[in-house]
Amino acid sequence: MDLRFSVLILLIPLSVFLILGLFFRRIKQPLAGYIGIAGLSLTSILSFFVAYEYFFHIGNVGGVFQKIVVGQISWLHFTSTMSINLGILIDPISALMLIVVPLISLMVHIYSMGYMKGEGGFTRFYAFLSLFTFSMLGLVLSSNLFQIYIFWELVGVSSYSLIGYYYTKPSAVLAAKKAFIVTRFADLGFLIGLLILSFYAKTFDFVTLTNPAFIHSLNGQTTTFIGLSVITWALILIFIGGAGKSAMFPLHIWLPDAMEGPTPVSALIHAATMVVAGVFLVARLFPMYYLIEGGIALQLVMVVGTFTTLFAAIIAITQHDIKRVLAFSTMSQIGYMMLALGVSRYEGPDGLGFTAAMSHLFTHAMFKGLLFLCAGSIIHVVHSNYMQDMGGLRKYMPITHITFLVATLAISGIPPFSGFFSKDEILAAAFEHHKLVWFTGWIVAGLTSFYMFRLYFRIFWWNDPVYKHKPHESPKSITFPLIILAFMAAFSGFIPFSHFISPDYIPFQSHMEWGLAGASVGIGLVGFIFAWVLYKKENDLSTRLSKAFGFFYKSAYRKFYMDELYMFITKEIVFKRISAPFAWFDRHVVDSSMNGIGNSTVWISDKIKGIQSGRVQDYAMYFVSGVTIISMILWFLIK
Amino acid sequence: MIEGVSIYEILTLTTTVFFIGVYGFVTRKNLMGMLISIELILNSAAVNFVAINKYLFPAKMDGDIFSIFIIAVAAAETALALAIIINLYRLVLSVKTKDLETMKY
Repeated sequence: MDLRFSVLILLIPLSVFLILGLFFRRIKQPLAGYIGIAGLSLTSILSFFVAYEYFFHIGNVGGVFQKIVVGQISWLHFTSTMSINLGILIDPISALMLIVVPLISLMVHIYSMGYMKGEGGFTRFYAFLSLFTFSMLGLVLSSNLFQIYIFWELVGVSSYSLIGYYYTKPSAVLAAKKAFIVTRFADLGFLIGLLILSFYAKTFDFVTLTNPAFIHSLNGQTTTFIGLSVITWALILIFIGGAGKSAMFPLHIWLPDAMEGPTPVSALIHAATMVVAGVFLVARLFPMYYLIEGGIALQLVMVVGTFTTLFAAIIAITQHDIKRVLAFSTMSQIGYMMLALGVSRYEGPDGLGFTAAMSHLFTHAMFKGLLFLCAGSIIHVVHSNYMQDMGGLRKYMPITHITFLVATLAISGIPPFSGFFSKDEILAAAFEHHKLVWFTGWIVAGLTSFYMFRLYFRIFWWNDPVYKHKPHESPKSITFPLIILAFMAAFSGFIPFSHFISPDYIPFQSHMEWGLAGASVGIGLVGFIFAWVLYKKENDLSTRLSKAFGFFYKSAYRKFYMDELYMFITKEIVFKRISAPFAWFDRHVVDSSMNGIGNSTVWISDKIKGIQSGRVQDYAMYFVSGVTIISMILWFLIK
Repeated sequence: MIEGVSIYEILTLTTTVFFIGVYGFVTRKNLMGMLISIELILNSAAVNFVAINKYLFPAKMDGDIFSIFIIAVAAAETALALAIIINLYRLVLSVKTKDLETMKY
């Protein structure tokens, strides 16, 4: 089977973007949506077909999944040893992303038909959605490190323009700038990392870079920096890029603010697809992370992931803006995936962590996309982001209520919903390799369940406030994607991921660890019971509790002052201590020396301009005296 | 070659005439005087050519021919200078150098 047609998967969204972008004045409101949905449906069908063909027919040759490269062209040919290719690499993880990205994107496209109705710039919205889908698909299908970097920046740009969709709102503009600058700053690490890596490895190609024999040859690299080999440093720098996109601590500060964008955008970009790009990048280079110098870089991935998952979960408990709760929950869940990659091994069933990370990526995309879309549906009806303005909505919005409940059960790890399976695999992998990481993950499972049920009860139960406009269920274009995603969130856990995805491309059989599963379900139930007691009926227990925690609650509510810390570092240290002296030096030393040269030239010329008197005889006099002086000098010299 | 006159005497004469010309060019107050001074400078040079040719290389004619050229060129130049002076006079009604100082800083 020739997969060369999979280039179309990229070309269709790109052409939709070009059509909508170039003719955005001509194409009016509903038509733009239809064009977007039609293009993306085509892309989805092709992607699902490619993924199906790959997993069930051509991918598995003799029990090993193949890395298939199609449509490879030499793009920048510098020298015979230095050239950059463009191509499409299909292997288990990119085939998995070929299901996730178009599915969520299609759901968001349909959803936006209802959600964005009547907004100005509707065509622009769909154009950027298409651009984003193109970039994200390009990112997951990239066949080499340089190509993935190009698409990496493209998703950053489309994320920027979609966060700043309401560009007349100052907070949205600020959030867009913040997201772009923070991720761009992290991407600097990625760029340096990939340059170092390609300099020593002499290739950008993923097929070569993930070949264990090749990686072992790189281990012989003797160039070191502060005790670690340069390859390890390159991997750490690449991880910094991934951490920026995936909102890992301490580069996470852009994600909560990115919620200023329209909710469908949050669902697509900041929950399901773009933010897992960092996880995808680490997974893509996983053999390198694991095999270079005994996996020191991978240890870092594990530590950062573990810390972020706990950090974000604690903040999520205290937030009042429902989208921000979900944003911190996203951070926490991505931390889970990073943690799973960090504890994974390479061979056989020990690669469970890798498989678990990928399956959690899949299930998380489903239930978190669903949660965001539900939140959008609620915000659409209530016209507020804050849970103080909500309550008792279950009677008014039955479909949103049920789908939200499904997603909540899934993320809390209650069987048989999807989150249970992927989370259990992660905790099993962590338990086997690192007890402390497992314990943190276990605690976070309880916290997750608590803050999600807090959200659920607070929105749909609590009290029965008097609404200005009586809430009603959202239109069909909104509820249809909710139902599809709820279906996926409920049942995608039954997909046997380990039969398809493993770090060494050899499928294996994963087993249910019933003891561990029981423990995680147990703590999930504890979280649920706490939430039930605190938020089922209106009471002041939660306020009293938050008062009891005092300072700890307050600092968690202020996101542990990370934004303030960043502001302090940039404003007080970088601007005042470093930039201000440079500015002073520039203004007073560099500028004034330039001015001095100019002024002294003017002064001197003012003094000597009388020489040019306009009298021919003066000039003759100068000439004669000059000749006389020169001939006298020559006279003495020759003598 | 003139009997009883050595080259030094002739060269002294031409040098004197040359510097009289230079002095006149720098100090004369009207353009006609300056023109005459230029003629003096040119003539001293022409005499030099002839004298050096005759005294040092009597077999050759180069210096004579050169002096004829100089006379011809000087004549043409004088005609040109006179034309310029006449034009200037029409313009500013003066041939005094102090009235012709407009082209300065």
